[in-house]
Amino acid sequence: MVYEIMVGGEEGGKLHRLELEKAAAGWECRLDGQPIHIDAVIPRRDVLSLLVDGHAYEIKREQTATDLHLWVGSTRLAVELRDPRSLRSRQKAGGDEKGPRKILAPMPGRVVRLLVAEGSEVEAGQGIVVVEAMKMQNEIKSPKKGAVKKISAIPGAAVNPGDILAIVE
Amino acid sequence: MFKKILIANRGEIAVRVIRACREMGIATVSVYSDVDRAALHVRKSDEAYLIGPAPAADSYLRMDKILDVAKRSGAEAIHPGYGFLSENAKFAQACVDAGVKFIGPTPHSMRMMGSKTSARQHMEKAGVPFVPGTSRGLASPEEGEEVAERAGYPVMLKAAAGGGGKGMRLVHTRQELRSALESAQSEAQRSFGDSEVYIEKAIVNPRHIEMQVLADEHGNTVWLGERECSIQRRHQKVLEEAPSPIVDPDMRRRMGEVAVKVAQAAHYTNAGTVEFLVDQQKNFYFLEMNTRLQVEHPVTELTTGLDLVHLQIRIAAGEKLPFKQSDVAIRGHAIECRIYAEDPDNNYFPSPGKITVLLQPSGPGIRRDSGMYEGWNVPMDYDPLLAKLIGYGTDRQQAVMRLERALYEYFVAGIKTNISLFRRILRDPDFQAGKLDTGYLDRLLAKANHTSAASAASAETKSLETIAAIAAGMFAVLDPASPASKNGNSGGPGSRPAALVPSAWKQKARSEGLR
Repeated sequence: MVYEIMVGGEEGGKLHRLELEKAAAGWECRLDGQPIHIDAVIPRRDVLSLLVDGHAYEIKREQTATDLHLWVGSTRLAVELRDPRSLRSRQKAGGDEKGPRKILAPMPGRVVRLLVAEGSEVEAGQGIVVVEAMKMQNEIKSPKKGAVKKISAIPGAAVNPGDILAIVE
Repeated sequence: MFKKILIANRGEIAVRVIRACREMGIATVSVYSDVDRAALHVRKSDEAYLIGPAPAADSYLRMDKILDVAKRSGAEAIHPGYGFLSENAKFAQACVDAGVKFIGPTPHSMRMMGSKTSARQHMEKAGVPFVPGTSRGLASPEEGEEVAERAGYPVMLKAAAGGGGKGMRLVHTRQELRSALESAQSEAQRSFGDSEVYIEKAIVNPRHIEMQVLADEHGNTVWLGERECSIQRRHQKVLEEAPSPIVDPDMRRRMGEVAVKVAQAAHYTNAGTVEFLVDQQKNFYFLEMNTRLQVEHPVTELTTGLDLVHLQIRIAAGEKLPFKQSDVAIRGHAIECRIYAEDPDNNYFPSPGKITVLLQPSGPGIRRDSGMYEGWNVPMDYDPLLAKLIGYGTDRQQAVMRLERALYEYFVAGIKTNISLFRRILRDPDFQAGKLDTGYLDRLLAKANHTSAASAASAETKSLETIAAIAAGMFAVLDPASPASKNGNSGGPGSRPAALVPSAWKQKARSEGLR
């Protein structure tokens, strides 16, 4: 199996190529061409026990509707994983800046108001929709500069994480 | 002693009170809203009754419904916890009228402490120290100059009818005073229709330190030591400890005696907390009294060895305090971290939702008061406090070490929490040196952002990145619920990761969904 893995978020992130092959005991892997022998067990959901040359790591996975983070010890790292053979991954990899971007609700809440109208031009980072949760109001911002193609959020309506609030193209 | 107690609250504090009741052989009655049917307090109590829809105003604040449940269930007393109805004198009165014991002070004491001006009048009579200044409006600029001179600069001008920073001016010198007074008065007139402005000495970088008191219904009042609560954000406490790093036995005794004086002046009964502002010269000034059990009560419990909820219940049942002031001894050090459902990457905005993974710390010196469990859906309708993690040690340093270890074990997924914030605080040199004031946390957060950006390039983080990259791949291979398959096949244990079987149908459906 081959994966392309971005570690460290959008700014300053580094792309790694990881090849994995099952060995008699554990896994043979090549990370950016370097061979490493590892042993890995998932003792429970979202927890990975990893052994690398006698060093033991407990890695925890934090996954939301919008992003993925791994905890190595007390360090939290943003991770994005792609299978280069997957059509969807390739589309996603290439489609981030061009094409439509969905703005998803990051948490459950209630739509308080819309800050822009459908069709308006917005800057990256401009607030699009205000969602309220736990008595706090949060501006959900546009991930890119472009035109607001569609607004699905309805003021007063409840939203769940991952629901599409708007699309910016 | 009571046979049955109703807990008019939810979350970790309801669970805390239920535990105390079970320990004392008292049956418990919970109330809950529509969204709290599966909440921990409902699961842990002996009886539970639905009192209305999610908004607190329609459920946890409905005195009539709560009293109706008390009557129906035969509960003899009501523990209000903190928040909701806990400091509502009308509710305390309604309990009296309904013949149910309110576990807390009398409505009379609550009313006296609830109003700042009436509290100040009573307390000044009792000789309680206040921030120097006037509590009445200034008659003339000359009076202003005279009062400011007596209090000492810098001073703060405050609108008597004020709030929200309107009509407030910080004045450093006599030269600035007149024009500041004029502008504060006109702003107060415009904002509140009342130009009355008074002067207080400005406390620069104050600490917030509070004193726990307990009073029985037979005239006995004791103090149980202070809590340092300076680490706050948006007026919300984040981390508290006992004892305070700057309070020595003499200062503790003096603060304790003032706190007892405050409580006695209000004919106070049950558990209460007297809050003080403390300046850089360690002068302390009365701020207000909280007429309820505090969120941070566990640090006092750990350092005194007392159970405050047991004592609250015993006092309400008419018992005398089972110990004297001279029996109270402070031992060791305790620090509490308030675990909130908040997103550290998004300015600590609340983050409700389903808890998909929960790994909880335990072991020596660790106490966890929690209202959450794995699989629970944290509702969006209430305060974001999920749990309290308290570390205890023989001294402050050991308490810090144990907390750091426990935070390393703590993991919550599905929702965001502020757990990472406590690692930053505990490792901060100013925190370790006990250099705290109410502006501490905002300064730390401004500073810490640089540190984390800089350390991202360090060699150690690089090897962690390597581990993270390998781990991401192993998760994808070994765990069917892996990120690669997240949007594909919903994947039972036997199914292959969906990333390996891209579905054109799904792609098509998804892009249709965007139109």
